[in-house]
Amino acid sequence: MNVIQLNTIIIGILLIGFIIWWFFGKHQEDIGTSTITNDEQTSTVIVNGGYSPATIVLKKGIPAQVKFNLQDSTACLSRISFEQLGINKDLAKQKVTTINIPTDKAGTFNYACGMDMFHGKVIVK
Amino acid sequence: MKLTNIQRFWISFVLSIPMLIQMLAMPFHWMMPGYNWVAFITTTIIMAISAIPYWKSAISAFKKHHANMNTLVAVGTAVAYFYSIFAMITGRDVYFESAAFVVVFVLLGDAMEEKMHDNASDALGKLMKLQAKDAEVMKDGKFIKVPLDQVKVGDLIRVKPGEKIPVDGVITDGKTSLDESMVTGESMPVNKTVGDTVVGSTINNNGTITFKATKVGSDTMLAQIVDLVKKAQTSHAPIQKLTDKISNIFVPTVLIIAIITFIVWYTFLDASAVEAMLFAVSVVVIACPCALGLATPTALMVGTARSAKMGVLIKNGEVLEEVGDLDTVVFDKTGTITVGKPQVTNIIGNQQQVLSVAASLEEDSEHPLAIAILKEASTQNITPVKVQNFKAIEGKGVTASYNGQVAFIGNDRLLEDNNISQEIVSQAAKLQAQAKTVVYVGLDKQILGLIAIQDAPKPSSKAAIAALKARGLKTVMLTGDNEKVAQAIAKEVGIDQVIAGVLPNEKADHIKKLQKGNHKVAFVGDGINDAPALSTADVGIAMGSGTDIAIDSGEIVLVQNDLRGVVRALDISKKTFNRIKLNLFWALIYNTVGIPIAAGVFASIGFELSPELAALAMAFSSVSVVTSSLLLNKTKIAGLS
Repeated sequence: MNVIQLNTIIIGILLIGFIIWWFFGKHQEDIGTSTITNDEQTSTVIVNGGYSPATIVLKKGIPAQVKFNLQDSTACLSRISFEQLGINKDLAKQKVTTINIPTDKAGTFNYACGMDMFHGKVIVK
Repeated sequence: MKLTNIQRFWISFVLSIPMLIQMLAMPFHWMMPGYNWVAFITTTIIMAISAIPYWKSAISAFKKHHANMNTLVAVGTAVAYFYSIFAMITGRDVYFESAAFVVVFVLLGDAMEEKMHDNASDALGKLMKLQAKDAEVMKDGKFIKVPLDQVKVGDLIRVKPGEKIPVDGVITDGKTSLDESMVTGESMPVNKTVGDTVVGSTINNNGTITFKATKVGSDTMLAQIVDLVKKAQTSHAPIQKLTDKISNIFVPTVLIIAIITFIVWYTFLDASAVEAMLFAVSVVVIACPCALGLATPTALMVGTARSAKMGVLIKNGEVLEEVGDLDTVVFDKTGTITVGKPQVTNIIGNQQQVLSVAASLEEDSEHPLAIAILKEASTQNITPVKVQNFKAIEGKGVTASYNGQVAFIGNDRLLEDNNISQEIVSQAAKLQAQAKTVVYVGLDKQILGLIAIQDAPKPSSKAAIAALKARGLKTVMLTGDNEKVAQAIAKEVGIDQVIAGVLPNEKADHIKKLQKGNHKVAFVGDGINDAPALSTADVGIAMGSGTDIAIDSGEIVLVQNDLRGVVRALDISKKTFNRIKLNLFWALIYNTVGIPIAAGVFASIGFELSPELAALAMAFSSVSVVTSSLLLNKTKIAGLS
């Protein structure tokens, strides 16, 4: 085994360590809120390699809309589905997709991409 | 300009043709003049048009500590492309075609999958399109055409032969036959006349009818069906928890495997850096989790839409799993196995007196037996007398004061407190053996006589129960009726076990008892009275009646009040769930077998995958899963031609 091979092993192990730390470690997630105008609250989620912010907190009792702005042009994130609301929409059909969220009761609505690889949630409280 | 996946695919494909020619010509030792430059330029354009979206998505995912299939595509193509540029500058062999073909195949897979996904979810759109566009509404004594959304509850609507019924309602004039197959799945036309309900979007065959709208807009049966199916399609099946877990760790794990692959080949097996890199890139490219992610949702989507077309509404993915474990099906008797429209067949005792007391007591009741008695009284021209102090005794009957005396009507449990002659007892037993329900009518602690009421089984019940038994299921009938009557009906339709004399509130307890005996139980009932039993059972199947399908309890709703629907429901649930399992199995096998092959485990026996073949295999894994789900539309379901 020569020096280059030895270095390869070391670099490889370091890379693996980095992957484990970066993807599996605990990381802070941002939480989005809504802006209220004329007794209606809206908030926007940017869809690009994931959802940002993935968690949205809405106020109970005010009609709410969450706008999904698709900036990712791969097939991966092109669909969105809200399990509890029975919504399954193609985000690629228009630039911004608006989803109405019922806010009459407190609760959590989970959403995911069409293949269930990316997840986010809308919390009403 | 924004390109769609399919446009990107075609541009990239055309650009990759020179590289394809070179690849095919390689065995004949022909080199394209200036190949490196041709490959460099075409691949660079392909990367700019088609690979950059994947890179961008992967980078923003990476920043959020996420990794997905785009990460794999991005890593695979970027490594091959940038290495090739480095190789070109330093005069080594280039591998532009690997980067180019990976992108081409991934795009092909994406585009095909998108198309099929649209096909699968299109079934719902088709349901919605069944609606009529307008309706002829009576206004100021004339029928005029108005758009569908202007129809209000209470409007009188005329429908001519061949037209669609616009909304739900009740016929007020005329008679016709309707094709209701789009909501009930039943292909035979149904005859309808004044007083019958009609369902929006069904087709009027031969007569002109006028009906009064009772439900419009989102309250109509079709709208409710669409809503239910939508929820079912996006629901989770518990089996998906597996993929949820895998999806979080899958991609980073694949990256780690790729690094290990490189290290092992390069340092321990003394492969060249290029060979080791190609193995690592193949690993990254073949391991797309797409097929895994698509396995459940696509099958659920196709299965629930298909079943809705047959008049079977499956509310969520969970129930599909339960159906596979069922071994017992419990039926409610009245209205489920039987028609639910009982008729008086015999009256024992003084006909006039018995019927008069009975009709007076039951005048305001909506119990099916009461309706039968009142109908008989009116055909015999007996007018009910007003009674006082009306009291219902749960599970027994009713009592009230009739012309100053205490009158009562009810079943044999009521006899505990009253006198009865031996003759009437034996008469009752004889009638019960003929599957007739016997009610006792009494006045002032004396039994006056009996009324025998029969509720005949539906013509289809016997065949449906035989079909369930053929599938190895035990059939049980649960009824509040007398044991003898229940036995007689059970014999007629072929039910295995009878639990009779059950009070309405005890139904759920009997289901629990069966479950404690280690049975997985489905309960079939009418959904209104049977709510507790429906929700206690492992699978609650609610029989719909008329236009109301908004039945909260029960995981499966049958639009049509026919037991053959139960057979269909169980069949389609099982088939859908089996398809999910099959899809998951293939998706997992694909990766568990594909990754080692791509990593070069079998290279010693000459079996290896180049990155471009790995990409092709990956693209086909998602396409094959979606195809497999779409094939659910073609599987055979019992009772359908």
